[in-house]
Amino acid sequence: MGVLARVFEQAGMATVGLSLVRRQAENIKAPRMLHGEFPLGRPLGRPGDPQFQTDVIRRAFALLERSDVPVLEDYPVVIEDETEQPAACPLPPRHDPNVHRAVDEAVGLRPAYNRQRLAASGRTAVGRLADADGIAALIERFVTLADGGDLSAAGFDADSVLAAAQDVRGYYEEAALALSDHVPAARQVESWFYATTQTGAVICAAANALKAAGASQDIWYFMLPAAQHRST
Amino acid sequence: MSADAAIRARIGDIPTPQFLTTPVTSIGALSAARVAIVTTAGLRRGGDIDLWSRTDGSFTVLPGDARDVQLSHFSPNFDRSGFAADLNVVYPIDRLAEMAAAGEIGSVANAHLSFMGAQTDATFSTILLDSGPAAARVLLDDGVDVVLLTPI
Repeated sequence: MGVLARVFEQAGMATVGLSLVRRQAENIKAPRMLHGEFPLGRPLGRPGDPQFQTDVIRRAFALLERSDVPVLEDYPVVIEDETEQPAACPLPPRHDPNVHRAVDEAVGLRPAYNRQRLAASGRTAVGRLADADGIAALIERFVTLADGGDLSAAGFDADSVLAAAQDVRGYYEEAALALSDHVPAARQVESWFYATTQTGAVICAAANALKAAGASQDIWYFMLPAAQHRST
Repeated sequence: MSADAAIRARIGDIPTPQFLTTPVTSIGALSAARVAIVTTAGLRRGGDIDLWSRTDGSFTVLPGDARDVQLSHFSPNFDRSGFAADLNVVYPIDRLAEMAAAGEIGSVANAHLSFMGAQTDATFSTILLDSGPAAARVLLDDGVDVVLLTPI
């Protein structure tokens, strides 16, 4: 962000940046930065709160009047993630005993995923490697990894396994939003997925299996958030 | 320590490019300024959401009327549910439109840009010398005065 600010200022445009990592903001010395001690992934602070978001922007724009650059100010409200408190979203009951529990669970969440996608006017994070119709097949491939199969046995390579992991995560997180009556605090949905669902457990087990088999850290580490890595 | 606090502690002191000077441009009245968003969240439009690689210093153009934008950032290490629920928590395009309608800013640009953050040293050079100036040209051609930079 600091490099971009520099390029744009040199080109004749004024910049103001929002910061989520204060030490980085101190280091890059961009002309004007407003640091918000907000959850990573939420630089405007609160989803679904236009008033709060507008106030963040107004405070950022107020820095355009400052001549004592570089300037780094702090937004007065702190919002923390709640990783340790998984969202309380219900999970579907076992339906088809002939498929893996994780696949069965994902199929059961499809109506919730569809509702959220409709509510978001079609916007979805699912679709890097497969769309919603292909999520069950992706999960079966992660089961293969969790059972000790290598990437090729599961039909993945180093890039596609990460794309698939994000597709599956996105599918579950969007379903979770439809199952909540409010937008959960940051990382609550993430923890719900990895700590309470069958598929989340499969993804964790797959990462652990790849790690144990000596796969590159660039693969198994980025299959899930750092905070969700745990030994099985 | 919370998940975010742990990540902040780990990445806070990652070396960043250092320069001897801080270039700065002044503007006139904000109420007359044309504003664009440039985000490092790795956004792409729907249907084009392949993961951004860690050494990709390119940018994508997001038309001002587009709302089918998605996170394509390679890193899994941040909350994604907020953006799934409300894109404005990362890409405050509707907030800028409201501020323009209220006369707080002059206008909202026709095009906004997305890069992917968390880049390496080599990619900084690409952005500084190549894609950054190209992005500036896109914004200048649209008459942009002010850039709001948002991270992820």
